[in-house]
Amino acid sequence: MTRLTRFTRTTAFKLSLLYVGVFTVMSGFLVVYVAENTDHLMSEQVVQSVDSELKGLADVYVRGGVRDLVETIDRRSKHPDASLYLLTDFAGNALVGNIARLPTVVLEEADGGLRRVRYTRLGQNTEDIERQAMVRTFELRGGFRLLVGRDLGDQLKFSNLLANALRLWLVVIVLMGAITWFFVNSRVMKRIDDISATSRTIMHGDLTGRLSVAGNNDEFDRLAVNLNTMLERIELLMQSMKDVTDNIAHDLKTPLTRLQTRIEVALRDSKGEEGYRDALEATLDETDHLLRIFNALLRIARIESMAPGTVMEPTDLNKMVAEIAELYEPLIEDEGGRLETDVPSGLYAECNKDLISQVLVNLTENALKYGRPDEGSLLIRMSASLEDGRVQLSVSDNGAGIPEKDQERVIERFVRLEESRSEPGTGLGLSLVKAVARLHGGELRFKNETPGLSARIDLKRAEPDGSGSGNGQGGKTGDEAP
Amino acid sequence: MLRILVIEDDPEAASYLVKGLTELGHTADQAADGQTGLQMSLDSDYDILIVDRMLPRLDGLSVIQQLRDEGNHTPVLILSALGQVDDRVKGLKAGGDDYLPKPYAFTELQARVEALARRPKSASQVETTYTVGDLTLDRMAHSCRRGETEIPLQPREFRLLEYLMQNAGQVVTRTMLLENVWEYHFDPQTNVIDVHISRLRSKIDKGFATPLLHTIRGAGYTIRDTAH
Repeated sequence: MTRLTRFTRTTAFKLSLLYVGVFTVMSGFLVVYVAENTDHLMSEQVVQSVDSELKGLADVYVRGGVRDLVETIDRRSKHPDASLYLLTDFAGNALVGNIARLPTVVLEEADGGLRRVRYTRLGQNTEDIERQAMVRTFELRGGFRLLVGRDLGDQLKFSNLLANALRLWLVVIVLMGAITWFFVNSRVMKRIDDISATSRTIMHGDLTGRLSVAGNNDEFDRLAVNLNTMLERIELLMQSMKDVTDNIAHDLKTPLTRLQTRIEVALRDSKGEEGYRDALEATLDETDHLLRIFNALLRIARIESMAPGTVMEPTDLNKMVAEIAELYEPLIEDEGGRLETDVPSGLYAECNKDLISQVLVNLTENALKYGRPDEGSLLIRMSASLEDGRVQLSVSDNGAGIPEKDQERVIERFVRLEESRSEPGTGLGLSLVKAVARLHGGELRFKNETPGLSARIDLKRAEPDGSGSGNGQGGKTGDEAP
Repeated sequence: MLRILVIEDDPEAASYLVKGLTELGHTADQAADGQTGLQMSLDSDYDILIVDRMLPRLDGLSVIQQLRDEGNHTPVLILSALGQVDDRVKGLKAGGDDYLPKPYAFTELQARVEALARRPKSASQVETTYTVGDLTLDRMAHSCRRGETEIPLQPREFRLLEYLMQNAGQVVTRTMLLENVWEYHFDPQTNVIDVHISRLRSKIDKGFATPLLHTIRGAGYTIRDTAH
């Protein structure tokens, strides 16, 4: 692409061109309108003065005959800025007047019509100066012909003035166009170029780049702020993807290495069928663990990719919590703890029963693993309540809680605060809870109670099925009463 | 011995399945696409169909639907790599009888196939009483006896024992118990099922000479009378 085509393809150039074009056409209309009207007005004035003079001269002729007429014309033609006069006899010889030369046809057709003619004034110093005039010619009794006219010099001068003004105006418009283009180009295009330059560096992999914000809150600032927010989100996603990849590598490497070691050891120290069987069973446990991690990852990815609001129905929370409590109570009791539930009856939430049950299970298992108090026995509480129009579903324990600085971190995939990783688990439980909460338009939040930790998610409230249908019927029958 | 048809397009996965099922003493055939699979299952009389969801020519769900439309009610186990939440519901709606997401352990598949084969084919075949050794479960009276002793059971314990006895002699996995007794379709990380089993065991086995409820390592549980 050459410099010129690149230049002519810019938006600024096209805008300036359009601007100049539109203003030229508009000014053209204005000038033509003014010119037409002025010309018309001036012509009318000329005709009027010619007519009144003709009338006066005709009167003179009627009253005083040719002599008086000749005298009057002679006198009038000597005035400065006089009209044009010419009186001829029946043979066409000039008797008196101030016109030296004139197309003969004007005198021959003395029908009183208006004509525009070229003429030369008598006594003009410079010969052959042709001027334009508007004339009328009449035939008088006795074969005389009288011509009276007005010079059109002023009118022409004015037309010229207008033409010059138009030319000047055009120059001004083009200049203004150039100035506008310069302004648009230097200010606006520079910012657009800025944006494309920054996006180019981002395209090349540097996600830390941000668009500059001028601070005057114009549309470019708004665009830049929006794009920056988008970039931040992308950077965050990329970072979390990288973290996940690192974590997967780490968390899968350990069981895979263990698996490999077990197999190698079993192959080296062959202890007969019994030994092989033990080794195989141990490797089976490892592969089970690996499969569990994969399944959990797949499940989280699947939930995260689902559109919010899908596969949901009004669910009785009281019933759901009671069922989970029934499933977990024996386990909690075996561990020396207690389980309490507190859900008001008739509280429904718009949710996916399987997924929310899984959430309760994950939070309960976390409470079992990490929520044990140093003294006394474990108390796990499942509760649901209505706050600010949203259903809050929570599982709390009476353990040590999570330090506030770690609360964000535990939700990330594979993060387990306990470094030794002695408890079984994939480290994906809370990631799944978070994904499910997001799917339900809510969030996972932690709160340190005294003592213990409360983990809660918020759900959309739902009306129990089948309620409200009776009311509409009742209202209708009331109206039908005669 | 069961006659099983595996409809699976991945040759490696299919031959692994066929080999595993054959080693268990079953007869297993294989079809590599949906159209062939549908034809084979209509032509011969299989006990169980194992159908992958993603198949060339005709997808797994369509195979099951057309089969049901033809009046064929062979139990179907759906295998799926898609795996979650709504997929399972779609699979069962199409007429599948059980659903197993990939990747799966072979023991899980084996347990499910055998449970499917033992499933009563019509309401008239449902037994009202299950018996294993001297343990009797009366489904009508909701009562359980071992020998002469009446054993009181909680409703959930009753359903747990009922499911185990329905599949007496077969291995049932923890996931199968969670799905069929509690109707949950997820994978708990802890041994929550084990606790329920041990409570049930203490009720039906404690104080009796021969234990009936056995743990199968790496697989699950089974109820059987080892005296025979």
